Amino acid sequence: MRPGRLGGPGPDGRAWSVPVREGRNGPVSARLRARPLLITAGLLVATLLAGLLVGAADLPFTGVVKALVDRIPFVHLDSGLGPVERNVLFELRLPRVLLAALVGGMLAMAGAGYQGVFRNPLADPYLLGAAAGAGVGATLVIVLIPGDPGFGVPLAAFVGALSGVFLAYVLGSTAGRMNGAATLVLAGVAVSSFLAAMQTFIQQIKAQELQRIYSWILGGVGTADWQQIWMVGPYALASTLVLLAHGRLLDVLSVGDEEAASLGLSASRVRLTVLIAASLATACAVAVSGLIGFVGIVVPHVVRRLAGGSYRVVLPLSLLGGAAFLELADLVARTAVAPGELPLGVVTAFVGGPFFVLVLRASRKQVET
Amino acid sequence: MTVKVRGLDVALGGRPVLNGVSVSVPAGTWTAVIGPNGAGKSTLLRAILGLVPSRGEVTVAGEDLGALKPRHRARVVAYAPQTPNLPVGMTVFDYTLLGRSPYIPHLGRESSADRAVAAEVLGRLDLTGLAARPLDHLSGGERQRVVLARALAQQTSVLLLDEPTTALDIGHQQQVMELVDQLRLADELTVVTTIHDLTLAAQYADDLVLLSGGRVAAAGPPGEVLTRSAVAEHFGARVRVSPGPDGRPDLSLERPGRPERSGGSECSAGSADS
Repeated sequence: MRPGRLGGPGPDGRAWSVPVREGRNGPVSARLRARPLLITAGLLVATLLAGLLVGAADLPFTGVVKALVDRIPFVHLDSGLGPVERNVLFELRLPRVLLAALVGGMLAMAGAGYQGVFRNPLADPYLLGAAAGAGVGATLVIVLIPGDPGFGVPLAAFVGALSGVFLAYVLGSTAGRMNGAATLVLAGVAVSSFLAAMQTFIQQIKAQELQRIYSWILGGVGTADWQQIWMVGPYALASTLVLLAHGRLLDVLSVGDEEAASLGLSASRVRLTVLIAASLATACAVAVSGLIGFVGIVVPHVVRRLAGGSYRVVLPLSLLGGAAFLELADLVARTAVAPGELPLGVVTAFVGGPFFVLVLRASRKQVET
Repeated sequence: MTVKVRGLDVALGGRPVLNGVSVSVPAGTWTAVIGPNGAGKSTLLRAILGLVPSRGEVTVAGEDLGALKPRHRARVVAYAPQTPNLPVGMTVFDYTLLGRSPYIPHLGRESSADRAVAAEVLGRLDLTGLAARPLDHLSGGERQRVVLARALAQQTSVLLLDEPTTALDIGHQQQVMELVDQLRLADELTVVTTIHDLTLAAQYADDLVLLSGGRVAAAGPPGEVLTRSAVAEHFGARVRVSPGPDGRPDLSLERPGRPERSGGSECSAGSADS
């Protein structure tokens, strides 16, 4: 064996004296770097502000910023906004903007988590039956409770989403111990189509509610209020903390269950934890916004292409990028046909569909699983 | 550290793969596990690691490996699989860093000491220049060294290598085997490899274990295990065994039904793997 050519230490065990940071082919190690983080965070702030400023009522930029800063404890600023403008800002726009960001962030981060668990960049947060489960829950409440069910729909969607995933997990882990991830995906497919059939059946017997059911399914944050945010906020925060803490472990998992085991890691334990957290994040999003597709695949993919494939990078940047993306989509949804509104799910799918095809074409070579 | 396997039984999907396998590998030596396809060579390594359920006893330096927590086991035994999963886009450095997993707290991040170990290992394997290279941009020989680097980063005293020379040309085969031998001597590693190429096994290993049909058919120094009759019986191959330098046997295939030609082309036996 030749000694290290760069004059490093031989086999004597001394620490490497030259810290290698940038190699000829780019960064040596995948870590969350300041620049992509700042860019994504900046993008999110910009879209949030745009979301606050754009709408039927004209709000002045400086007034909005001042009114927001005024809300920081111990800071007092006169925003110059009238009571109606303040109401529009704090009771309509702000909750809507925050809810869109929360939904986008949760879906994108959950998607990244699912992709890590299944070692497949095409996995999405609805893979294991969260969407179909939520659909059954929401449809049942809409059909059974006449009038305005209030929190019934989000609650039922939340419970339905988690039940769908739980069902798929139980089915998948009892069906076979071998080939864990693949069995789980198959169980998810089975559960999803079963629940989707159930949802269709319920909705067919109560065809008069079709309009309401569809408007829920197509998704949106038009009815956002603070209560919804307080309702899902804690779960969103918890799942964010858990998922962000699992970035390195998902990287280890990328060598497969058996090699991960030889490195001392229980793949099934990591998989279960990440699945629970990602499903909780998905349930949060679905509960308050209905079924919004493509965010969970598109955003992590863009992040991966621009900032690298390590889950330490993909998870946090997906959270921020997903929030910014859905913020932008919601802006389009409520301005494109103003004063009407497009369903948010339609906007994301409109952008996401073609993009997805491009990604598929570009990553044809990489997807072997 | 001495690796002892006693009475190991493994059944995969109800089919017995290993039957009462006992192997003893003295500390600091190299044992090559040989045998025909399907004899259970890879399964033996995976059973030692606890990756497949097994009955029997596996000890390292007298300590029961099965009783150790996975993380602790990964600090004692490192493993390089025959066909490793190389995550697309991951750099050589990050891949090597995965070998530090057993030392990193579950939800923690690697320390600068872990990064130093990874960098040092890359330096030793002459891979420093490739540290930033994605795994999918490596040649076969480089890939094998990178997988070895990850195993070395685990800083274990036992190294299990499953077919480290498969798919390598003869020059890279020699390079990898020499490398493993030098690392073994420098770090006093106990090495167990499965290997198809019998001549290569005989040249490098201190001891051979011949597995056949899930049982140990023969074990001992290469000269004792690799006999013409043993190769004929367990591999169904006709070979000529001639003593090479330092008494290690040299195998060459004999083509059936042809008169021996002197100075004819020789090739090492056993490399015909489908």
